Amino acid sequence: MGVSAGANVGERLMAVGARHYGDIRGQAVDWLGRVEIDETRIDDRPTTFSGGMQQRLQIARNLVTGPRLIFMDEPTGGLDVSVQARLLDLLRGLVRDLGLSVIIVTHDLAVVRLLADRLMVMKSGHVVEAGLTDQVLDDPQHAYTQLLVSSVLQV
Amino acid sequence: MIEIENLSKTFTLHNQGSAVIEVMRDATLSVKAGECVGLVGASGAGKSTLMRMIYGNYLAASGSLRIGDIDVAKATPRDILALRRDVLGDVSQFLRVLPRVPTRDVVAEPLLAIGVHETTAQARAESLLARLNIPQTLWHLSPTTFSGGEQQRINIARGFVHAYPALLLDEPTASLDATNREVVLTLIEEAKARGAVIVGIFHDEFARDRVCDRVIDVTAFSPDRVT
Repeated sequence: MGVSAGANVGERLMAVGARHYGDIRGQAVDWLGRVEIDETRIDDRPTTFSGGMQQRLQIARNLVTGPRLIFMDEPTGGLDVSVQARLLDLLRGLVRDLGLSVIIVTHDLAVVRLLADRLMVMKSGHVVEAGLTDQVLDDPQHAYTQLLVSSVLQV
Repeated sequence: MIEIENLSKTFTLHNQGSAVIEVMRDATLSVKAGECVGLVGASGAGKSTLMRMIYGNYLAASGSLRIGDIDVAKATPRDILALRRDVLGDVSQFLRVLPRVPTRDVVAEPLLAIGVHETTAQARAESLLARLNIPQTLWHLSPTTFSGGEQQRINIARGFVHAYPALLLDEPTASLDATNREVVLTLIEEAKARGAVIVGIFHDEFARDRVCDRVIDVTAFSPDRVT
């Protein structure tokens, strides 16, 4: 938080051996663009960012080094819906093109449906149901899953 | 290619007095490569239920449902994902896509998923969009704001962009004008000619008569049928 947004992203690259300043800054600009943070904010500190922007910066910072597996806890929670859509598209592209594996924790069933291949439903520390995402949502077998699905408000 | 035997379906509503509703019993049918079968029956007879079970969207209570080498009734989620990616296409009545993704990319996605290069995938998507009379000015826009008929054609383009060996079509001509209906019927005929197996719901009788080799009345699979 004490360093600029660009340095937050660049730090990860340096940790895996990048040393060329121009390349690091170039990649930071590229990733800020992908999560829709304006390039002109690259030298600002994240403390001056909104909550949603901080969250997007965190996502850029974690994806920049091309990890094989990422965990995301409510990744779309603080985002406005327009950025949420773009982020979901970005994630789907990474999964498809780079073979990235993702485990997401979320309460948003719409996000689950559009993003996840498979779904595990948990209650009180136990997995109560698991399967193909659209099958679990459209034909839920467990009482708790049925309650969850039937309680979603339609937009 | 599609072999369904003694397929049954029940729903258990745990939060509504654990009511058990039996909706299908002993459904049996077989569809060959290059054949198009239309499902008929009154509203609520179970046409969509059967289609959803073939797609792996509803779990079977018992019976088997083979598509090629895979028994969808017992397959693991990963097997079904692979089946949907490579073998089984689906054209539903309603478009469900991520907002903000351009139409061209929405249509190209099934090709990208099987590893086709992006340029090739987009070119194929564009030729199909042109064939379905989607104006070029719309290709870079998200289809979420399109009209019902346009959205349906986007769904059709997604279903035909990859030469799936098996296709499920739910009312593919429902909201189309005569010109576009003709395009879709030709696409279906081409798919049959290359050996695709097709199961569909066609309320449009003209379309049904034109592309279906036979029809199956799903009322025969209803648990309430008179025996």
